[in-house]
Amino acid sequence: MPIGKTITLAHGAGGRASDELIREIILPALGGDPRSCLPDSVVLSNLGERLAFTTDSYTVSPLFFPGGNIGKLAVYGTVNDLAMSGAEPLLISLGLILEEGLEIDLLRRIIEEIGEATKETKIRVVTGDTKVVGRGAVDKIFVNTSGIGALPAFIGRIAPNQARPGDVALVSGALGDHGIAVMAAREKLSFTSNIKSDCAPLHTLVATLLRAAPHTRCLRDPTRGGAAATLNEIARASRVGIELDENAIPVHREVMGLAELLGLDPLFLANEGKLIAVVPEEEAEAALAALREHHLGFESNIIGKVTSDHPASVVIKTTMRTHRVVEYPAGELLPRIC
Amino acid sequence: MKFISEFREGALGSGLVRRIERLSRPIRIMEVCGGHTHVICRYGIRDLLPPDIQLIHGPGCPVCVIPQHEIEKAIELSTRPGILLCCFGDVMRVPTRRGTLFSLARGRGSVKMVYSPLEAIEMAAALPDKEIVFFAIGFETTAPSTALALKRASSQGLANFKVLSTHFIIPPALRVLVKDSSSRIGAFIAPGHVTTIIGPDAYCFLADEYNRPVVVTGFEPLDLLQAIMLILQQAAEGKPRVENQYTRAVRVQGNRRALEAMDEVFEIRPAIWRGLGLIPGTGLGIAPAFAPWDAEKAWDLSQVEPAPEPPGCLCGDVLKGVSQPKDCSLFAVSCTPDSPVGPCMVSPEGACAAHYRYRGA
Ligand code: SF4
Repeated sequence: MPIGKTITLAHGAGGRASDELIREIILPALGGDPRSCLPDSVVLSNLGERLAFTTDSYTVSPLFFPGGNIGKLAVYGTVNDLAMSGAEPLLISLGLILEEGLEIDLLRRIIEEIGEATKETKIRVVTGDTKVVGRGAVDKIFVNTSGIGALPAFIGRIAPNQARPGDVALVSGALGDHGIAVMAAREKLSFTSNIKSDCAPLHTLVATLLRAAPHTRCLRDPTRGGAAATLNEIARASRVGIELDENAIPVHREVMGLAELLGLDPLFLANEGKLIAVVPEEEAEAALAALREHHLGFESNIIGKVTSDHPASVVIKTTMRTHRVVEYPAGELLPRIC
Repeated sequence: MKFISEFREGALGSGLVRRIERLSRPIRIMEVCGGHTHVICRYGIRDLLPPDIQLIHGPGCPVCVIPQHEIEKAIELSTRPGILLCCFGDVMRVPTRRGTLFSLARGRGSVKMVYSPLEAIEMAAALPDKEIVFFAIGFETTAPSTALALKRASSQGLANFKVLSTHFIIPPALRVLVKDSSSRIGAFIAPGHVTTIIGPDAYCFLADEYNRPVVVTGFEPLDLLQAIMLILQQAAEGKPRVENQYTRAVRVQGNRRALEAMDEVFEIRPAIWRGLGLIPGTGLGIAPAFAPWDAEKAWDLSQVEPAPEPPGCLCGDVLKGVSQPKDCSLFAVSCTPDSPVGPCMVSPEGACAAHYRYRGA
């Protein structure tokens, strides 16, 4: 029976159509043997002393955007979540929720992207699941991935509540590219833009950073809500203040321009390939040098410091040398026009 | 690769601040445009000024001045069968008696956010079975693109495209404000973008008839500081006039082509502004020659009645510069950008939203 051009409810019913979908589309794209299968569960052993475990679900519109796509996001996102606790990514699961009517070719392209991304990050897909739901129940495709990673022995506790007054905050590059790229693609903005999503796996960048700054206190990737959300979370969890220097915050010129035009603040825009690190002051210079040497961190900078003043809030020293609060973002970003 | 600093230079700023301090005198300066309000709050410009100089916010936030019932007309249209309403993003969140356009977009209304009226035109061409209504809002800055869209609809004979116009024009509203004794405006920071279209001479009456300094101003924090300094200089010399600080964008004659397109497509009519009430000569209705594309001619919307302001909301006074956002008892209590009570908390250019988002440390 040919697989057809679009996903039908039968592809999720667990019978022959499901089996064909997995063997003809999913396994080959993941680089697996079509005669094998993805088991419902997998037995793990000897992964290491300390493990990190994470899960995340992915939905984005459009599915393909400049610089990335939902497949890459689903792998890199989970790799990055593992990396943010200092773990080296090992295994990943793949859950797909497909909308009836989804084109098989589009699905194949997405799974190929997932396959590429797992190869690039050397993470292995070990279990998976596919469901099909009726039209309108999801927007084309939702992807869920869970990941397991191992922590190297020398790494201490890296968590949002570990920042202390005197520490230094760094960012691994320019902020806001992903947010603007996806918004421009989704809304088919009439002004052309060359901005690409920064979508990238950060585990090697983290490994480089941790070698240079082994006492790193917090690591977060500023995705939804942007750097403003991440920094506020750290300030709240650690009950410290964070003071940013607006002059030091890297932003690409084009992102700055479009953000201004749309009334958006780069600090609030999503990133998919940046990290924010809080490190003890004495390791800050080494951390910065290490980040800048890595191809994903060449635009890194020290953006602020942790203080005992104004605990649980983030304050920015503006380029006009005035101070204001950086709000904890909430709600959806709606661009302004007038 | 750029840092934000390259767009805004602190050192130049301190030079301007010192000159402002030397010229300082008690004065209330209104920045008319919401874009300026946003920059003033974002960069804490007030913290740099001597206490004698008060900056007061004006009515130039397009989303803020649209009366509730105009938005309710758009909501009404969006719920009628066969109509797809297209509008800009920030108007979608303004609360009305019938919810917001945003809630409708997710519910029973058909609403689509667009970035330009030309997108709505393209949609009309692509969806001949639907009536595409563009909810046209904004001042002289957005009116020209609505005019172009209407001209295109007419030349392409797009019968299924309509415009619901609530465009406003600025200068006559400034006359109302300068005469209003409760606003006590001593000088104006005139809007940069609006003036690129209408030219600085449109404000001459403020200097000639009312002796108020006017400076047409750009949107960088340094532009604002320089404008304040120029206003103080004019005040010291006792020679109020219209000065153009924003020479990199504003030409004396404005934008002829835009003005011609507006002339052709719109006709001036009285308009109700939120907070300011009915002001003759400030609304842009659609001219008879373009009546086939006028949503108000195509559908009877007379049943949508004027709405009272939300109880407790001071937006009306905030838009006249009589009150500051913090004077409102709902500010940051029950009214926040996530659940706005009035329109001034919605757009990033609204005074309440700017004050909320950019609180001083
Ligand atoms: S704080 Fe809210 S309710 Fe009060 S004036 Fe502003 S928008 Fe209106």
